[in-house]
Amino acid sequence: MEKEEHVYRTLFLSTLYLSAFTFGGGYVIVSLLQKKFVDQLHWIDQEEMLDLVAIAQSSPGAIAINGSIVIGYKLGGWKGVAAAVAGAVIPPFLIMAVISFFYQAFISNYYIKTLLAGMAAGMSAVIISAVYDMASGIVRGHDTVQIVVMMLAFIANFCFGISVIWCILAAGAVGFLQSRRESV
Amino acid sequence: MSTLWELFLSFLHVGALSFGGGYAAMPLIQEQVVLKHHWMSMSDFSNLVTLSQMTPGPIITNAATFVGQRVAGLPGAVAATVGSIFVPLIFVSILAYLYKKYRRMQTLQGILKGIRPAVAAMILSAGLLILIPAVWPRGRFNAAMFVLFILSFAALRKWKWDPILVMLLSGSAYLAVCLL
Repeated sequence: MEKEEHVYRTLFLSTLYLSAFTFGGGYVIVSLLQKKFVDQLHWIDQEEMLDLVAIAQSSPGAIAINGSIVIGYKLGGWKGVAAAVAGAVIPPFLIMAVISFFYQAFISNYYIKTLLAGMAAGMSAVIISAVYDMASGIVRGHDTVQIVVMMLAFIANFCFGISVIWCILAAGAVGFLQSRRESV
Repeated sequence: MSTLWELFLSFLHVGALSFGGGYAAMPLIQEQVVLKHHWMSMSDFSNLVTLSQMTPGPIITNAATFVGQRVAGLPGAVAATVGSIFVPLIFVSILAYLYKKYRRMQTLQGILKGIRPAVAAMILSAGLLILIPAVWPRGRFNAAMFVLFILSFAALRKWKWDPILVMLLSGSAYLAVCLL
């Protein structure tokens, strides 16, 4: 019982803390959640994390919120979802509610603008570092099909702007066909 | 129809249809908030987009809180924000349940094996979409930003610094460089 409460509290506090500092979109928070729950706490393994990210990505809505939902569910069922989502929603809610009162002054402030622009460098480093962990796990698996899928998905999405949902569906189809062929 | 209910339904609509995260949601929010309900002007809306990029949190919930607050105060902010996460909450929970139940199935294992590398690729692509405009704004190379990226990466990988600390330090360091 005490252990369960510890899980809910950790979920709530982690998403609360991460969401309060996550500038620049959903993939930053996904990278941070991976660092927290995979690297630090070891509550989720790397492969499962990629599956959970895939669910968050292929569903409607914000990736940060969806990521909190899947991780909450995985670690603590419905109560885990409630704890993780509350944590993820509260900081941006409070910040936006306050900012809506004096937003003109806020968006034209030079210091705030420059500080936030500079955070882009750190943010992209956080994301690319998380990808490095994910991708090296896949490369170490020595499965040529997986490595090719990774490269093709990157080219399709980054160079040709093909949307995430199509890339995921296509990659899922490749995985399906491959498992069929192996089982025959 | 009461305003609160309208706010809830508008953002329910946005949350339910925005497949692919923030950028996919932008035109949907615009349609609901600017064109359909006239809660905001177009220039207010573009400020909102800037604001969402500058503050933590997803653009969908940020927009919901912001619009709700301006249209109907705190109750409006709550109604719109709850609306924006309502459908994803149900949809994602069901998928998470199915995943937990069937992930040992061989067919699903195969599909997931195909999807995993694609997910890593999508995340890399998202990271580069933040990095490239920061380092090459309007085709010009920003050396300070590039150095900050390399230092941040080293701090994360070699010295295992806390990622939030790294982000805040890179913002502060850039502000210091610009002021000098």
